[in-house]
Amino acid sequence: MSQKEQEIKFISGNVAAAYAARSAKVQVISAYPITPQTTVVEKLSDFVDSGDMPAQYIKVESEHSVMAALVGASIAGTRTFSATAGQGLLYMSEMVHWAAGTRLPIVMTIASRGIAPPWNIWADFTDVISQRDAGWLISFASSHQEIYDSVLMAYKICENEEVLLPMFIAYGGFVLSHTSKPVIIEPDNKLEKFLPPLPDEKGWPHIFIDPERPMMHGNLIMPSGFYYEFRMKIHDEMMKSTHIIKQVALEFEKIFGRSYGNGLIQEYKMDDAEVALINIGGLALQAEQAVDELRQEGYKVGSVKLRHFRPFPIDEIINIAKKVDVIGVVDRDTAFGSPTGGAVSSECKSALHNTGIDTIILPIITGIGGREVSVEQQKEEFKILMILEETGELPKDMIHGTLWDGVLEVK
Amino acid sequence: MWKIIAESKDKRPKLQNYKNWNELPPIPISFPCYGSMGETGDWRVFRPVIDKKKCTKCGFCWMYCPEGVIQKSEDGFFTIDYVYCKGCGICAKECPVKAIEMKRESEFE
Amino acid sequence: MALRWAMKALGPKTALVAPASCLNVVVGLWPKTAPNFPFINMAFAAAAAAASGISAAFKAKDSKFPGKVWGKMTSLVFAGDGGTTDIGIQGLSGAAERNSDILYVCYDNEAYMNTGIQRSSSTPHGARTTTTPFGKQRFKKNLPAIVAAHNVPYVATCCISYPIDLYEKFKKAKEIKGFRYIHILAPCPPGWGFASEDTVKMGKMAVETGFWILYEVENGEFKLSKPSKKYLDPSKRRPIQEYLEIQKRFNTLSEVGLVKWQENIKNAWKYIELELELKEKKE
Repeated sequence: MSQKEQEIKFISGNVAAAYAARSAKVQVISAYPITPQTTVVEKLSDFVDSGDMPAQYIKVESEHSVMAALVGASIAGTRTFSATAGQGLLYMSEMVHWAAGTRLPIVMTIASRGIAPPWNIWADFTDVISQRDAGWLISFASSHQEIYDSVLMAYKICENEEVLLPMFIAYGGFVLSHTSKPVIIEPDNKLEKFLPPLPDEKGWPHIFIDPERPMMHGNLIMPSGFYYEFRMKIHDEMMKSTHIIKQVALEFEKIFGRSYGNGLIQEYKMDDAEVALINIGGLALQAEQAVDELRQEGYKVGSVKLRHFRPFPIDEIINIAKKVDVIGVVDRDTAFGSPTGGAVSSECKSALHNTGIDTIILPIITGIGGREVSVEQQKEEFKILMILEETGELPKDMIHGTLWDGVLEVK
Repeated sequence: MWKIIAESKDKRPKLQNYKNWNELPPIPISFPCYGSMGETGDWRVFRPVIDKKKCTKCGFCWMYCPEGVIQKSEDGFFTIDYVYCKGCGICAKECPVKAIEMKRESEFE
Repeated sequence: MALRWAMKALGPKTALVAPASCLNVVVGLWPKTAPNFPFINMAFAAAAAAASGISAAFKAKDSKFPGKVWGKMTSLVFAGDGGTTDIGIQGLSGAAERNSDILYVCYDNEAYMNTGIQRSSSTPHGARTTTTPFGKQRFKKNLPAIVAAHNVPYVATCCISYPIDLYEKFKKAKEIKGFRYIHILAPCPPGWGFASEDTVKMGKMAVETGFWILYEVENGEFKLSKPSKKYLDPSKRRPIQEYLEIQKRFNTLSEVGLVKWQENIKNAWKYIELELELKEKKE
């Protein structure tokens, strides 16, 4: 059964991810249930077993096997998809590196959840951030529609011959995965114009399983061999993928009419802003509401949604720094032992190094383990930035150079 | 252009030869060839020699050779490829009529 | 030897997945390799799942491009005993339970040989390895029985000293659809402590003493293979001391250990007799 007409369905973020896999005509799915991603695998089961989606579904016995099966299927030349969360992502960490090293265009959605111990199943991006150096592109979705759209854009980016790298699409567990909103499901004829065709019989250009063209992948390479250079290429091609991400976002806007900034970041009311807040995931969308409310009160504030953490959009961050005097970078993740806050603020700080720009970057960490972040709290964050801009005064309750916002105090 | 590795067996190069990282394909893949670990005959200390007078052409040596360096020749007897034979001695041990003798390599230098 | 005869039976339409094992280095360094069929190196614990993925991809390709080679490809795993009985057992059990369409081969040299002879679950009682310098206390894991308990279409044990038997079992396994498991005993001269020319003799002795039993379990039906049939009679079996004495790794085996070995062999054959009796009763 194919999607003939555009439909608007009232579905949760997880189900939107499943619809996206169906729209992308994925061929092999391998999945293992884990809260809060369970409804993705359930909906995919529904699609596959009812005949709605002609895909092979491997119900593996652990997350490590999820990624191993995807690597195997992708090497054989098929489009693959899976979803996981928190502990599952950490368990498959070895294979995550393997998939990036084999340059396979796998797309995986992560319903991010807090890292145990102690058990916590609510929104927290530490799991994806912990895989930041593996070689996967990392993208954050802040709305249900964005989850659907990001998966479609991901296949176009990853299967491009100049990229050939896998991508994570992370969104907050329970915040986006279990709440429902109307999502536009696109029809097949429009999707055909945008998505690349499924791999043909020959498979991918760089790896294939074909008895007529026997090859071996993964030999030993001595230190004097090209191991160093092969690894260098992964970094090189990931850095160069920024222009492809931008290209794809533009093309997406032309065909489907939905804009995501320039693909790497999305700015909101930044033109005359004096201070700015950079957010990842759902908080970025909520920050736009905070900006609107503060602007009504007369404050000149702006917000930036960081869509792609890997490759890190260094040029875009530098441009934002040129516009404002103070930037607050909000991490919904922890990077233990780092004096410059979470992962995103550390990268922002190092982006400005040696550029001569003296914008202050204030690392903020909030919402860990799914702790609720209200609009009021975000407005307070803006106010702190404004005080910093006017008086140069840092907030009093910073811990080791980072503002841990929303810490609990029982009275 | 690295894409030539995806071509059919006749069109692709027999052995990949790259000068710098710009020429490399995205991942290392290897093509099958003879002698991928070099000429392993160099590893030998003892060399098996078949005595055609005793040989009954039973084929046990061919069957048990782990490397597959013993091949049947046109006259029905078996020849050993000394470029790759590592001298493990299994063929000599398994020959039912003891037609194969393990002689010291130094006798042949 | 195992790989040579297995591939003779399976042919070039095979994709082989090899986890970390002796096979990874035997085949050569980049950019050269030896096998003339698609060969994927894989992480240690991931072989069974990767092969499941490859087999699913073949099915997906077969439905997209019907009538071509994809429907006839065999997805093969060639793992060592470490990558099967220890770290790979989760993947193996999962693939067996799913009845994944793969042929899983374990070549058992009874230790982690590639990294220098460390003990694995497949190392037998009393064997000396670098991590059990005074002989292993525990016993060998009976993996073929564990896999057979998953109710898979085909389980077989082989030995490299009987290449024709091995060839026939592989040929049979090639035609079956679903999860197939073949366990090959492969004596290792440096690891076990004997001269390389005695390799075939060692394998034969393992079967002749009744320690290694060649059998098949096809759809739950137990079948003793021809080379092992005559050892059903205990008087025909060679004494296990002969097998243990010529391997240097059993130097430290005590009298108590020897008795345990003899008991284990007796019990294993009793179990086989029971299986055969049950089969006769059914017929």
